Amino acid sequence: MSVSAQDVAQLELVGAPEVPRQRRNQWVLRRVLVGIATLVALSIVIFAATQALPGNAAKEILGHDGTPAEVATLSRQLGLDRPIIVQYLSWAGNAITGNFGNSLAASEPVTTLLGPAILKSSILLIGSAVISMLIAFALGVLAASYRDRGPDHAINAFSFFFTAVPEFVIALWLVMLFGTTVFKILPAVSLIPPGAGALSDPQVYVLPVATLVLATVPYLTRLVRGSMIDAMESEYVRMARYKGLGERRILIRHALPNALVPAIQGMAQNLGYLAGGIVVVEYVFGFPGIGTALTQAIGVRDIPVVQATSLVLASFYVVVNLIADLLVVFVTPRLRTAG
Amino acid sequence: MEAGVFTPELAPSTEVASRPVWMQLLLRSLHQRHMQIGLTLTLLMVAVALFGPLFAPHSATSFVGIPFSGPSAKAPLGTDYLGDDVLSRVLNGGRTVVGLSFAATAFGVLLGVVVGLIAGYSRSFVDDALMGLSDVVLSFPQIVLVLVFVSILGPKLWLIVVVVGLSHSPRVARLTRSVTLELSKREFVEWAELLGIRRRRIFVQEILPNLVTPLLVETGLRLTWSIGLIAALSFLGFGIQAPHADWGLMINENRSGLTQNVWAVMAPILCIAMFTVGTNLMTEGLTRTVTGIDATGDVI
Repeated sequence: MSVSAQDVAQLELVGAPEVPRQRRNQWVLRRVLVGIATLVALSIVIFAATQALPGNAAKEILGHDGTPAEVATLSRQLGLDRPIIVQYLSWAGNAITGNFGNSLAASEPVTTLLGPAILKSSILLIGSAVISMLIAFALGVLAASYRDRGPDHAINAFSFFFTAVPEFVIALWLVMLFGTTVFKILPAVSLIPPGAGALSDPQVYVLPVATLVLATVPYLTRLVRGSMIDAMESEYVRMARYKGLGERRILIRHALPNALVPAIQGMAQNLGYLAGGIVVVEYVFGFPGIGTALTQAIGVRDIPVVQATSLVLASFYVVVNLIADLLVVFVTPRLRTAG
Repeated sequence: MEAGVFTPELAPSTEVASRPVWMQLLLRSLHQRHMQIGLTLTLLMVAVALFGPLFAPHSATSFVGIPFSGPSAKAPLGTDYLGDDVLSRVLNGGRTVVGLSFAATAFGVLLGVVVGLIAGYSRSFVDDALMGLSDVVLSFPQIVLVLVFVSILGPKLWLIVVVVGLSHSPRVARLTRSVTLELSKREFVEWAELLGIRRRRIFVQEILPNLVTPLLVETGLRLTWSIGLIAALSFLGFGIQAPHADWGLMINENRSGLTQNVWAVMAPILCIAMFTVGTNLMTEGLTRTVTGIDATGDVI
């Protein structure tokens, strides 16, 4: 766990070709196992917090007016009368097959309920991630090439401000600016009628995506700027300069590819961050995604939906980080050139 | 401590100067422009939160005019969705955000330091176990972790402090662990161990002072995040409940009247933004002071 993907990438350069390959495979196997163990631990935390804490969940759900008979019925319905370990194992076993039980509020299978929400949230999340990555790359390269001069300072100030301010504040500023008070050109609320296609009205994505982009671009920009500066100061770039290559070519052909490793890791961090960010942003815009499903479910104490949504959001981070670590080991330019 | 002839100097970096390094850093950072602006903003918002209620022209829940009416002599920032005075509610609404975010940050940093010290100094499976647990907590988007706990236990303020703190602790623990690991290999700790000084004393006298500087910056970051997170929670309706005045809650309550009285939303938003920008500027000032000193080799 203490070995990072970068260490392994480094290792490939130094040692003899066969030994590191074996070590790399061992590392990959170990990394996958750690990922699986984390997922199991996540499910235990979620289960413990929602179903195993002292106090009867059925009583909490029914509130003060629940008669003992009602509580008993609901307890049986939720399987709360069984030992806690049996409860967890049957819950986790079902969850693996995608069965999260029935929503208490909608009395429909949770999976049917969440399917469309997950699709819409994925579009929101991936759209924001791609756009913010593109902008961050442009800004980061710009800031690195104008290091400590005007454009760098301007980008820095912009980053600084949007890192500090919470997402829902950015969201509401955008609503005021484009949705209600100043210009009325974009929908302030992301209404997608139930049953309509996820992309039936692309306009509803504009403000939520813009919010998430503004919230995540600063972090990514700083990252790209930093690794570009590191790359520009490295030996191979100096070498390319001695050879008399143009700055532009050096930037694109030599520096940029080597800024990829931190970029992949940053991207993974960013996707993980977005999984939390969408919860608040979806709420602001009434966007019918998984975040809204979570906040609504908490409001009505719909425990199966809370369990499913939080498990999806938390596993997302684990899976994305796992993929990123594996990508780093397999796709670094250093590895390719060293082979 | 009796300084015998053969007693080696245990922590040279803290003994030479009259003040500990981190204190010198803090004093130095006061000359830094980021720190000056940040500290002013932060202190201003803390003052508004603490003393605001004393200056509020009306009570937080007294009807002063038609809902969502614009600014007037009676209500300088207009009225909210119930017809209460926005200014008075803003002046009354800072205590929860400010108090909870400081409490959550303190708890998170404390927990993280304890876990990190134990993990970094244990040299056993305890290290792996604690770091594994940290990774699990870290996998949750912070807000999701809090929401999971709130879902059954309800929006209780102590719960928010505990879970927000818990969600911060892994990052602090990792930092503490890496510093502790590095320090425990240094000579003055090895000397102390050879001399048979007890572990707890080594923690407190040798390792903790060297942790303060990196922790200061981390604490600043965590504070900014705490404010955002706790404001977001009360915005979502899972913090303090109406009719209490609270900045996050006010924003949500008055969103529907954005076109009638924009101040009912804008005023609490500006308070939260000024507070987070303030703490973030302070952190930036600290970071710059720390790295500046590192670069010139002045103190460290």
